[in-house]
Order: sequence, then structure tokens, then C-alpha cells
Amino acid sequence: MSRTALAYITAITLLLVSIWCGVSIGSVNIPFEVLWNRAADETAANILWKIRMPRVVLAGLVGASLAIAGAAFQGLLKNPLADPYTLGVSSGASVGAVMTLFFGISIPVVGIYTLPTFSMIGAVLTMVAVMGFARLVDRSLKMETLILTGVIFSSFLGSLISLMVALTGEELRQIIGWLLGSVSMRGWPYVQMIAPFVVIGSVMLWTQRRELNALLYGEERAKHLGVNVKRSKYLILAGGSMLTGAAVAVSGTIGFVGLVVPHMTRMIWGSDHRHLLPLSFLNGATLLIICDLVARTIIMPRELPIGVITAFIGAPVFSYIFYKQRRSKGGRA
Amino acid sequence: MITVEQLSGGYGDVPIVKNVSFTVEKGKVLGILGPNGSGKSTLLKVMSGILPATSGSVLLDRKNIKTYNARALAKKMAVLPQLHANAFSNSVREAVSLGRYPHQTGFFSSWSDKDEQAVQHAMAQTGVLRYENTPMEFLSGGEQQRVFVAQALAQTAEVLLLDEPTNHLDIAHQRQILDMVRKEAVECGLTVVMVLHDMNLASLYCDELLLMEDGQMRAIGAPHEVLIASQIEEVYQARVTTYSHPEIPKPQITMMPATSEHQPRAVITKENFTVVEDFIQLKSEIPLKTISSAVHNPGIGWYECFLNRSVPGDYIINNVKQEVAGFLQRENFSLTGTVVMLTAVSTNMVALNEYKTDFGSVFVMVTAGVGNAVDVSRTHERQDQPYVGTINTWVIINGCLSEEAFFQAMMTANEAKTKALQTEDIRDKRTNTVATGTATDSLLIAATQRGKEMIYGGPITEVGKVIGRGVFETTVQAIHNYKTKA
Repeated sequence: MSRTALAYITAITLLLVSIWCGVSIGSVNIPFEVLWNRAADETAANILWKIRMPRVVLAGLVGASLAIAGAAFQGLLKNPLADPYTLGVSSGASVGAVMTLFFGISIPVVGIYTLPTFSMIGAVLTMVAVMGFARLVDRSLKMETLILTGVIFSSFLGSLISLMVALTGEELRQIIGWLLGSVSMRGWPYVQMIAPFVVIGSVMLWTQRRELNALLYGEERAKHLGVNVKRSKYLILAGGSMLTGAAVAVSGTIGFVGLVVPHMTRMIWGSDHRHLLPLSFLNGATLLIICDLVARTIIMPRELPIGVITAFIGAPVFSYIFYKQRRSKGGRA
Repeated sequence: MITVEQLSGGYGDVPIVKNVSFTVEKGKVLGILGPNGSGKSTLLKVMSGILPATSGSVLLDRKNIKTYNARALAKKMAVLPQLHANAFSNSVREAVSLGRYPHQTGFFSSWSDKDEQAVQHAMAQTGVLRYENTPMEFLSGGEQQRVFVAQALAQTAEVLLLDEPTNHLDIAHQRQILDMVRKEAVECGLTVVMVLHDMNLASLYCDELLLMEDGQMRAIGAPHEVLIASQIEEVYQARVTTYSHPEIPKPQITMMPATSEHQPRAVITKENFTVVEDFIQLKSEIPLKTISSAVHNPGIGWYECFLNRSVPGDYIINNVKQEVAGFLQRENFSLTGTVVMLTAVSTNMVALNEYKTDFGSVFVMVTAGVGNAVDVSRTHERQDQPYVGTINTWVIINGCLSEEAFFQAMMTANEAKTKALQTEDIRDKRTNTVATGTATDSLLIAATQRGKEMIYGGPITEVGKVIGRGVFETTVQAIHNYKTKA
């Protein structure tokens, strides 16, 4: 029990520290005091509340969403390399988002939620297509098959996006910046736009925490243990796609967060989903806030897209997991 | 209680399991046997609802399992399929705790004392308690298997379906798991259906056996009704024979390897016998099937070396087993491959004859110390302890005897010995009646088991005639040797 408590205390402490670093460090350093006393430094307070805080919160929500979705996908597919990015779900969400921007779609009833809604639809459709195709190739859904299918779909969807981008002309630069993944210059409306989806998606996954534990032993075993496998799968896929869609809608495709965070969390605190899911959520937020901080300060005054930083960390971790999995399989044979 | 009624089903349209029906009462253990591909595991999958049933039904407590939802079914019936490792690390405790899944309901449901008890009980029963906090991947295949059994037990269901629970286990752990299953059945009324590959384990641990062949029921019943050699041979296409377990009344089965064409054509000749001061030895190139009342390695078995050891008259008989083992080790004889008889008669009094027959030949070796001869019909009148002074008889046959023939050969040889004593007018000194043997006679029949099997060994069979005449003549000769050389 104390170990679990320690895990949560560590995660929350790191998150608070990263939030403070995220809002205080930058071209203008913000004094601590401003948090509760606006009058101390009006300019600093404005920078903090209007520019940096929404950016940090958005980064946190995006990181949390991708990480918890990654953890759930990995558990469901029993595949440590699965995450929204490697499965191609992020690309699907991007297509949805770019289409919304490209065609200027706006549905009156959903209002500002049009963009995340289409993103999510893109994510769900891609998830279904990837799973369906992978199952056609290999019924047992082997790790490599699934990842390769993800790569194929990503490339195809990427070319669709490129086509649309090429056709837009003048908005090119903006969309490309967005595609590489960024949480800059978004403001509170974007936070508001995804917050409900992050909450709903995360709760959906959290209700499946025990089912995910059972699913680690395969669908058949889970069924024997009394899990309604079909319902669980739908809930997990829907929840995960909702979170991915929401994240992509506001920040573009940020890769590997959903891979690195659950992997690290699992390595340190174990793979019991009752704790893995919330801990991944917290740690995902922390990681992306820090990555965003690095992205906007490392080559000041210019900014790097945040996706560059996450890929820089994520790709080696991906390689490491892949190597380890293959080696252990070879050893067993 | 679980009832299966005319169940058919499997993968796709063509059912693999066809028309299977049986009932297992509460607290009973049913074992499912059958060759690879006979549909054992498929039957279990159809029963547990993993594969669809094309017809028929499975009733749990007289209710069709289709009427239960997943969670309710898991509370009633636990299933342990053949398992494979998973990609992520779990501790043993986490893995076993998962068995409580069906009992945990609601959004925030917490871990109750009952959950904790069930998990502790399951871990203790399967002997995995000491690995509680070890990650699963650090365990051996056998240990993992026990964790999965614990997981199924933690479900505290009334019916337990097991698919080869003893896979990857050594015999100590096979015994542990099956003893535990048996105990849960007898003490807690758990109903068990398990697929087993090992017919002998199935016979020992199951109340009833179901033998499957091509997806259909070939036989069902108590182990002795199912494990019939001819039936097993037909189903498995392998030569087997049955025998009874030495301690409990359950049949056991053993495989008969295909007879090789390249067996050495070894036969026993006079050169195989050596007589030295301490013992008379027969050393065979091949093990001989032997039945004897010897001191060391008595009973039925296969042995290559036979000793008739001469010991002093004051030999202390109380500690004989240990003394003989010490002697064998000292003299570099195999403890497990050697049969030893003891006699107080010196080895130069031996009588050894060879008798040629149509099927091969028979050797008879006798040492006869008749100083303590007794009349068996009058021994109830005496209270003295046994002592050395004995007639030891070996009958070595270059031929093949059935089990029946071995026992008949023993009787025939013994009758011939008695007749020899009568002819030589050897008397019981106390009663002054004709003796029938001594108080400690030993007899050994050994055969090479090569050639055509001789079913019978009674006095008027070919082999019986030779044994009768041979043992009689040789015993007479040995008595003469004893009388003249003593």
C-alpha cells in the first residue's frame, strides 16, 4: 500500500513542479508571488494567466490523454509497442482535424467542439480499420503485424493530409506547424474545447481498469474470469480514441508520449491497471509539460515543435522495448 | 453439479465435438482422456462457452449456462485453459487476485476480507504463497502453472474446468496440484472436470473417466471400466498393458514399445554360469524377466545378474537386507540389477544341468541343504525361528513365458522339488515324516522372453515337462552332493 501511495505522491509532486517550471521559465521569468498576488507584477501576471498557464494546462491535458490512452491500448492489445501514434490513430485524428479546417466545417450545435468531434471520428475509424486489417493478415494480432499496419495507415493518411495541405495554399505554414505538434498560442478556448473529452475518455478507461488486468491474460481467460469482453473492448477502444482525437485536435500529432509514459510507469510501479492508468495520466501530463518547456526554451527566442522533442526521447525508448521483447522471445524459443 | 447434454460444437461449421453427454455430481472429479486431436480441449472450450455449441446444452445446477451473464458464470464455474506468458509483468499476488474479478462489482468496489481470504487460501493450497511478491516472469513454467491454478481457485466457483493442469510440472508438483484438486473436491464439494494427458494420473485422481475418440465419447465410467488395454490400444493405436497400482485399487497403464528387429539374439549358455567359493553367479547379457522369493530384489522384475551366495552357518539373519546390500557394494554388483539368494551350503555342492528343448533350453541350478528339512503339514507344531539351511532352486529358461506360465512354472518346480525330497527319503527330524522342503527355501524362475510366447507352464506343457524333470533330477543330484561332500 505504501508503495502505491509513494507512486501517487511522486507523480503529483513532479506534476506540480513541472507546472511551476512551465509557467515561470521563459523569456520573462515570473516570480512565485504572482500566483496569488496579481498586483505584485501586472505584466508578469498577464503573461502567467493569459499565455503560459493555458499553454501548460493544454500540454498537461494532451500528455495525460495520450499516456492513459497508450496504457489502455497496450493492455488491451497485450502489446507494449502500441500507442495512438504507432497504431496510426493519431494520423486518423489528424485527417479528421485537417478536413474540418480544410473544408471549413462547422456544425452549429456542437460549436467549438466541431474540431475535436471530427478528430475523434477520424481516430475511431482509423482504429477500426487498423485492427480489421491487422486481423485479416494475422488472426492472433501479433505485435509486429499491428505496428506494421499502423505504419501503413499512417503513411497513407499522411499523404492524404499532404494533399489537402497542398491544396490549401496560403494556410500552409500554419497547418504544417500544427501537424508537427504544438501547444503554443492556443489559449483557454482550446483547454475548454478538450477538457470534457479528456474527462469522459479517462473515466471510461478507468472503469475498465480491472477488465484490463484480466485482458492481459488474453480474451479467453478474461471471459473465464467473468469479463464481458466485447463491452470492455468497445469501451476501451472508444475511450482511447476519444482521448487521442481530443489531443490531436488541439495539438496535432505528438508521437511516443503514449508509449514512453506507460512503459516507464509500468517499469517502476508495476502493470496493475488500477494504478497504471491514473499514474500514466499524471506522468503523461508532467512529461509533456516538460517537453513543451524544453521545446520553447532550447533555441530561444525561436521554438521547436513539441513533437520533435517527444520523438527525440520516444524513438530510442521504442527501439529499446522492441529489442527487449524480441530478445526475450528468442530466448524462450 | 454440471450436466452436458448431447453437446456438439467446435470451430466453424463442422463440429469437432459430437454428441457428448455426461453428468458430474457435486464433489466428483471427471477426467477427460483421449489422443491428440480427439477434441478434449475443444470439449472444454465448448463447455465453458468460449466456442459455440451447434447443438445440445450445458447445465449448471440445472440451468443452461447461456442464461448466466459472464460475471455470474464466473462465480459458478472457474476455467483454467492452457496458458501462455503475457507481455507485461504482474506479481504473483496480482495474478491470483484477478480471480476475484467476478466478485467485485460497482464503480469503486473495494477489496473485502472475503476476497483476501480466498486469495490467501488459493495461494496456500497451490504452494505459491512464498512467491507472493515475485514477478510472474521470474517463475519457472511449473510455478506459473500453479499460480494460474491458484487464480482459478480464488474464483471460489462450484465447478472447476481444468485443461491439463499438470503441464510442465514435475511429479512432486503434479502430485501437489492433483492432491489439492482432490481435496477441494472431497472437502469443499468442488466439482471438477479436467483434461489430462497422463492416463495413470487420471486413473489415480478421477472418480470417473471419459475417453474421447474423434470428438465422440468412446467410453465413460470408473477408471477400471475405461482403462482396458484393448480399448486404449484401439483408441491410441499404441500397444499398452494394464497392471494394478501397488497401493490403491486403481488400474495403471504402461506403454509397450514397438519390438525392435535388432535385438541381440542372446541366449543363456553354460558359460554364463560361474562358481567361485563365495557364490554361484549367472550373468546374462540381457535382462531376464524374473519371478522369485529371493532375499535381494524378490518379486517380479527384470534382472541381469543372479547370485546364490554361500554364507557361514552362524550368519546372522536379522539384518540380512542391509548386509546383502553392503556385500553387493563391496563386490561391485549392481544393487538394482542383481537378485541374491543365500545358502549355508558351500558352492561346490551345486548341481547344474542343461535341458535342450524344442523352444530353446532350460537350465536348472540347485543347492540343497536338507539338514533342517521340514514336513510342511506338521510345521504348525513347532515355534523355532528360521535359520540358514535351505534348498535354493533356479530355473532359467531360454524362451518366452506368459505371466500365467511363470506362476505355473513356480508350482511345477516346487512340486518337483518335493518329489525329489520324497524320493531321497529326506525326513523332518522332529516328526520323522517325509519332508517337503526346508523352512527357508527359495525359488527363482527367469526367462529370456525371446521367441514364441508360451501361454501355460503346467506339468504337462512342453516347458512344464522339462521343469518337472529338470528340477527333480537336479535336486536329487544336489542332495547327493550335500550328503557326500558334507
